Formats: sequence, structure tokens, C-alpha cells
Amino acid sequence: MKKINLLTLLIALLLSACTLTAESSPEENQLESGFGDDVILTVMTHDSFALSEKVIELFENESGIKVEFLASGDTGSALNKAILTKEAPLADVFYGVDNTFLSRALAADLFESYAAPGLKNIPEEFKFDPENRALPVDYGDVCINYDKAYFAENDLPLPENFEDLMKPEYAELLVVENPAISSPGLAFLLATVAHFGPDGYLDFWAAMKEGGVSVANSWESAYYTNFSASSGRGPQPMVVSYGTSPAAEVYFAETELSEAPTASILGPDTCFRQVEFIGILTGTQQRAAAERFVDFVLDVDFQEDIPLQMFVYPVNSDAELPEVFLKHAELSDQPATISMDEIAANREVWIQAWTETVLK
Amino acid sequence: MSTRKVAKSAEKKKVFSSRSSHLSVPFRYRDSILRWAPALLFISIFFFYPLTKILGLGVNSSVFLSPESLQIALDSLGFTLYQAVLSMLLTLLVGLPAAYLFARYDFRGKALLRALTAVPFMLPTVVVAAGFNALLGPRGWLNLSLMNLLDLDSPPINILYTLGAILLAHVFYNTTIVIRVVGNALSRLDPRLIEASRLLGADPWRAFWRITFPLLRPSILAAALLVFLFDFTSFGVILLLGGPKFSTLEVEIYIQTLQMLNLPVAALLSIIQLLCTLTFSILYSRMLAQTSTQVAQQDTESRLRRSKNKRERIFIFTMITILFALFVLPMLALPLRSVSRLEADRGDRADLQTSLTSDYYNELFINRRGSRFYVPPIEAALNSLEYAGITVALSLLMGFPVASALAKPNRMDRFLDPLLMLPLGASAVTLGLGFIIAFSRPPLNLIASPWLVPLAHTIIALPFVIRSLQPALASIPQRYREAAAMLGASSLRTWFTVDFPIVFRAVLAAATFAFTVSLGEFGATSLLARPDFPTIPTAIYRFLSQPGGLNYGQAMAMATILMILTTLSIFLIEKLRLPGRGGW
Repeated sequence: MKKINLLTLLIALLLSACTLTAESSPEENQLESGFGDDVILTVMTHDSFALSEKVIELFENESGIKVEFLASGDTGSALNKAILTKEAPLADVFYGVDNTFLSRALAADLFESYAAPGLKNIPEEFKFDPENRALPVDYGDVCINYDKAYFAENDLPLPENFEDLMKPEYAELLVVENPAISSPGLAFLLATVAHFGPDGYLDFWAAMKEGGVSVANSWESAYYTNFSASSGRGPQPMVVSYGTSPAAEVYFAETELSEAPTASILGPDTCFRQVEFIGILTGTQQRAAAERFVDFVLDVDFQEDIPLQMFVYPVNSDAELPEVFLKHAELSDQPATISMDEIAANREVWIQAWTETVLK
Repeated sequence: MSTRKVAKSAEKKKVFSSRSSHLSVPFRYRDSILRWAPALLFISIFFFYPLTKILGLGVNSSVFLSPESLQIALDSLGFTLYQAVLSMLLTLLVGLPAAYLFARYDFRGKALLRALTAVPFMLPTVVVAAGFNALLGPRGWLNLSLMNLLDLDSPPINILYTLGAILLAHVFYNTTIVIRVVGNALSRLDPRLIEASRLLGADPWRAFWRITFPLLRPSILAAALLVFLFDFTSFGVILLLGGPKFSTLEVEIYIQTLQMLNLPVAALLSIIQLLCTLTFSILYSRMLAQTSTQVAQQDTESRLRRSKNKRERIFIFTMITILFALFVLPMLALPLRSVSRLEADRGDRADLQTSLTSDYYNELFINRRGSRFYVPPIEAALNSLEYAGITVALSLLMGFPVASALAKPNRMDRFLDPLLMLPLGASAVTLGLGFIIAFSRPPLNLIASPWLVPLAHTIIALPFVIRSLQPALASIPQRYREAAAMLGASSLRTWFTVDFPIVFRAVLAAATFAFTVSLGEFGATSLLARPDFPTIPTAIYRFLSQPGGLNYGQAMAMATILMILTTLSIFLIEKLRLPGRGGW
């Protein structure tokens, strides 16, 4: 009986090994015949990364480099995965560390510097790293989205700034994300720190707690469970989301919409600008191919693909925006900013204090 | 065990080969070692090795045992235990009568209802949250109807982000464990024992407490342990339905690891969670050791009956209603939502206009944005099924020998037993990161391999397989085997004629667990899966990561496909009958 078990175990292992290998081999053959080149570049990124087949094929055909993407969880997870495997990097390029976590990546010496020629088309405001280890690729604002219909129905004027939000008429109307877990949640917390200063932001949050602010752990919960203008039809007419979310609501609408059901509140500092960066991972064996990929990412073809794939803005000023962005997406003209070093020094302290104030 | 002892035991084997029922101690250990070897080797490589790698990064720091770290641990440990005990008790409260219902009675739609109770187990938490929200949320059906009915201005039920939501979701998820593990034991129980005790004058309660309960105790303990450990390490439910006010060890590990990159604190929390798991598993083994009852087996399939009297009919009706409300209604919300379109005018929420649509399903098959990461639904389903199939095969092949060793445990078996439960106490994040660190370089460079996902799933499925097989195997009376051997049957033949028919149902239950564990697992998968091998849960998360009605609808459609797929699979697995023992 024991022998049977061990034997069947072996046979089954072999059998399933065969099926898996058999499955992967046709794909590989196709590759070889398609590109006739065996340079494979691995790009590590987060789950929200997306791009068109057409655009990546353009790169692969031009360069003869085959690109493999390694999705690695959400923004924070992907970065930490890269840091933990720094000694034996899993990839050659990392796409998608944002300015709230950039300092952690730079402190870990994750990237090699590369002064890409494409940087000349990118406005100075996005260049956070003077040594060009992390190069900006896209950006967007984390803003409060509101349910247009709710405010119209109830004849409620829109809150124009953070101070308004503390007023009783807006009590219980906003849902935010937990900054300890969610990336937009952290960005929004940083916006309040930028506005009220490190000494004043907790008073704002204490007032918000008093007014019954809702907190969800993830953007998905906040948007789809709490927010009243989403398909989940929740109770709160205001949610911390992105300035591009109204455009996504139109683009992914069930029936064609002429107007977005939501819009962003664009007061002073009410939006936090997130910039995402790309970097060549330290120790890559494919430095030339990696440089070529970074050049491609900063170039117009890729940059114009960004909006409808990831719903953020391209940093290249030559890139044109799709119509749905021009009509329905919004950027704040006075976004909140905090320096990278200040974020790095205080991120955990601010999150901890926020948790004590709002959740305890 | 030293080689000398092995050699000795081999010698003894020759000497004692004719007296197999009175084995000497070394021989029995040799037997155990053979049975444990595959599973132990497997969890050493794929669990302990990556685990020590990741924990090793944290424990060498002064922060590791600092008062602050310990404070964080203590803060979440209390609530973790509290909610796990409450959830377990509630799950048993619903699960035990449900197990009895399925094991004893026959009613229309039974097989479907039974299959449906297993479906929640593999549903991603985001989807379950959406289902609960559609049913119980502030604008859910229940609240809207109550508001209309009682003429209220605000929703009377506010369960979202409360302890109630956590408990409800845990019952929703884990009742299937009780139904399957205990129900399986119940259906093996010979009802004549009860009948005899009743004839001898015992009232029904006495018969239950003196006969049924003691005989079921091993399986109840096994189910309780599994449910408790699942609640103890619960993550998605706490995060999405409990909300930010509730933090368990597992949630804290996630925050400390992935957001803060505070590996020392994460390591401390992980070790505490593992030690707790080990303690509970040892407690379980101790309690189990006190009960070892072998009874005559009977396949009660033929004895299933319809209700006889009014009291039974009330019981059956009540249980079906409860199960329907608890399991079917929240899940029904998803398929309904996946075919209903909300009208464009969103302003007037008082009378929501909906119409039927198949748009979401059609859209699933179109790569509208020409994306490299588009997930074709059929391919995602096939990947999910393939991973699940490998998980079932691996965990059964390694779990069965262990379960059979544990059926008649010696000291070594008892010592090793709790080790196999440990994977249930490891956080998916810790394990996922451990895999990445351990297997990203030679000698085991597996990071690019699609194998990593089913291997991780097997680690999690193995404890389930063992726990659901063990009570069944333990209940096979040794004298049956002896009788068969005496009548001249070879050991193989003995196994096929005596053991196999009895364990067949338990194997099916174990396979169902392994299958659903794999289909629904997301935590480790999200860290390990390759984009070119997407699974259904990863596809669902992709849709829900962007705003828009179409994304939401497609997520619901994908979840519906996942539900139908699992319901069908479980339905078919459970419909399997032994050849020659009554057909379909």
C-alpha cells in the first residue's frame, strides 16, 4: 500500500509535469520563430499596469527584444518584492514606484542611473531624482470624487476646500481609504498634511471623525461598496479616488454617457499629485536592452497608450490625450505636494498618528 | 531514526511478517516514516524553507523583540482570538445541524444545495463583499424592502464594517467545512446503534449524548480546528467586511510587511501566529487521542429517508430556509447583478431602473482596449482548473499516506501531526514573499515557473486533506482487515475491498476541499502568479481595480462564471458513486 502511494505520487508528478511543459513549449517556439532573437527583458510592475498589445509589439519588432512582465501585487507589494530580491533581481526594469514610496526605493539602491534622452520632453516638475535613477513616466491626482446627482437632488453646494468638509452639512458624506493599507488613502492623508502642516492635520482628522467620516480599507471597497455614484450604490456621495475616475466612469459606462456621473473637487491642496517612476534595476545583465525599453516608455507611442490603459496622464508633453480625458478627466491646478525626503522621514509617524486619531 | 535501527527493523520485518497486527516499535516507526516522507519532504522544501528565509530577514534586528513590537502583537492577538472563537462557535451552530440534515435526510434539490454550501469557500472576498452589500448593504434589497415596508427614512440594518459582518462572513465561508467533515462521519454512522439505544429505553437526547456525539467527536474536533484556524488567520473578510477598525494578526502582518516593510515586527507577528497555530494543533491532537472509537461501518446512503413526522419536517424546512438565506441569497446577488443593467440616469435612486442585459458576458470575450493583459475568460477558467487539478492530485497523494498513518497514530505520528497544520497558520503574504526570496535563485530557481502557484496551493490544501481523511480512516475497524487477511486476501486486495469503499467518500470530500482552496486562493497567488497564466480571481480583481459600470458588471459576470464552474465541479464530484454501489 505504501509503495503504491509513492509510486502513484511519482507517476502523477511526472504526468502533470508533462502537461505543464507541453503547454509552455508551443509558446516558446512561436517566440523563437517570430523574433529570431533571444534577448528577453523582464519588467517588474504592479497589478494596475497595462498596455496595448499593439504598442508592445511595436517595441518588440523594432528592437528584437522580447518583453516579459512580472506583475507583483499592488504598488507597495511590488516595490517591496523588488527590494527583498535586490541581491538576485527578478527583473531588469521596474515600472511603477510612486513619489510616496520613491525614497524607499532610492534608499535601497534599487536603481541604476540612466540619463535617458527622452527626459528632455518631460517637464522639470516631475523630475524628483536629480541622479536620474528613477525616471518619471506618468502622473495623476488623487482627489475627492463626488456624486453629481446627490448634490443636485439635495441642493447642497459643493465643498470647496478641506475647511468646508468639516462643516456639519457634509457630516457622514465622505469615505476615505485607510492610509496604512491603500495607496490613494496615503496620498489623501499627505494632502491634508501638506495643507494643514504636520501640526495641524490631526485637528482636521479629529473633526472629520467627529463628523462621521467613513473609512474603508481599500479603494475597491470605498469606491464600489461605499460610494453612491458607483455601480455598488453605496451610502456616501463623496469618495477619495482619482481625478481621472470620472473619465473612466464614462469610458467604462454600461450605456453611453454624455456626461460623467461624478466629478472631482479641485480646491487648494485637496488633490495630491502622484507621479510614477521607472528605473533600471541595479545589477541587470541586460543594461542595453533595459535602456532601450526605458527610451521607448518615455517616447510618444507608449506615452499616448497610458491614459486609456491605466487612467493616468503621460509625462511626455508631446503626447496627446484621448478625447474622453480631455472632456471628463480633471487635473488640479493647485495640487498638494510634499518633498520626497519629508515623506520618507515621516510616513510611518503620520500613518500611526492618523490611525490613533481616526480609528481608535 | 538511525540507519542501524532501520536495518534492524527490516530484519524484524522478516521475523514478524506473519504477525502483522502485533508490530514491534521500530517497525511501526519505519512504517510511519514511509508514510510521512513525501509530505514532510514537500513541506520542508515548500513551507519551512521559504518561511525561515523570510523570517530570518526579520529576527536579527533589535526591533524584533522590542516593547513596541510586542505591544503591536498584543494589541491584535486579543481581538484575533476573540473573533475566531465566536466565529467558530457560530459556524458549528449552523454547521452541525446542517451536516445532520444532509447526512440523514433526503429532499428535493439536496445535492444542489449541498454543492452550493461549498461555493463560498472559494469566492474572492471582494466578490463576497459585493454580494453581501447587494443584500444587506445600506441600499441592499433587505434594507430597501424594510424601508418601504415600515416606512423608514434610513436603513434599519447597518452591518457593514461591524463585528457582525465579520462573523456572518466567517459562517458563510466556513460552514462547508463542518458540513463536509462532520457530515461525512455522520453518514458513516450506523443508525442502528441509535435505534438500539432507543429500544433499550434511552430518550433521543440521551441517545445523542451517549452514542452519536462520542462517535462524532473526532470529526467535530477536526472541523472545529480547521474552522478556528481559518478564522484565526482570516484576512480578506477582516479587511473588506470588518473595515479598518478591526485588526487581526494576519492584517497587521500584511500592513507591516507590504506597506511598512517592517520585517522585524512582521516576523514577530508571524512567529506568534505560528506558535498559536501549533498550540491549537497540539491541543487538538491531545483531545483526539482521548477518543478512539471504531465502530461497524455502514454506508447509510440506502438508509436516507424523507421526513417521517411533523417535527422532522419542521427541522428540515427550517434548516433549508436558514441555509438558503445564508448561502444562496448573498450569492444569488452576483448572477442577478451580472445580467442587470442600471439605467444611465443615476440621480433618482429612489426608483432604480434596471433592465436585463448580456453585455457584461459579451464584453468579457472582447479585448476592447487591445491590452497585453487582457484575460480571455475561458483561458482564465482553464488555468484555474488546471491549478486546482494539480493541487488536488498533489495534496491527495501526499495527504493520504499521512492520514492513514494518523489513523492509528504512534508517538512519532502524534509528534509530527501538528507540524502539518502549520501552513494554515502562516500568512499568505509571508509565505508568498518567502517563496520569492527562497526560489528566485539556484538551487531552486522556480520564480518564473507556473508551478509555483499550485505548489503554494498544495501547502494550504494539505492540512484540509489530512484532516478530512483521518477521521474516516481511523474509523475502519482493524478486525475487518484481519478478517480479510485471514481469508487469504493480499494486503493490496484487503485495502481495495475493506479500506477503499469506506474512504472513498472521505477522499471525495478531501478532493473537494483541495479543489476549492486552490480555486479561491488569492493572497499567495497575487504575489506568485504570472500575468501570462491568469486565474479567475486575478481577472476579477483586474476589473474591480478601475471605476466604471462595465468593469463592475464584468467582475460580477466573471464571479458568476467562477460560481457556476465550482458548483458544477462540486456537484459532479459529490455525485460520484462507487462502482457497483448504486449508480448515479
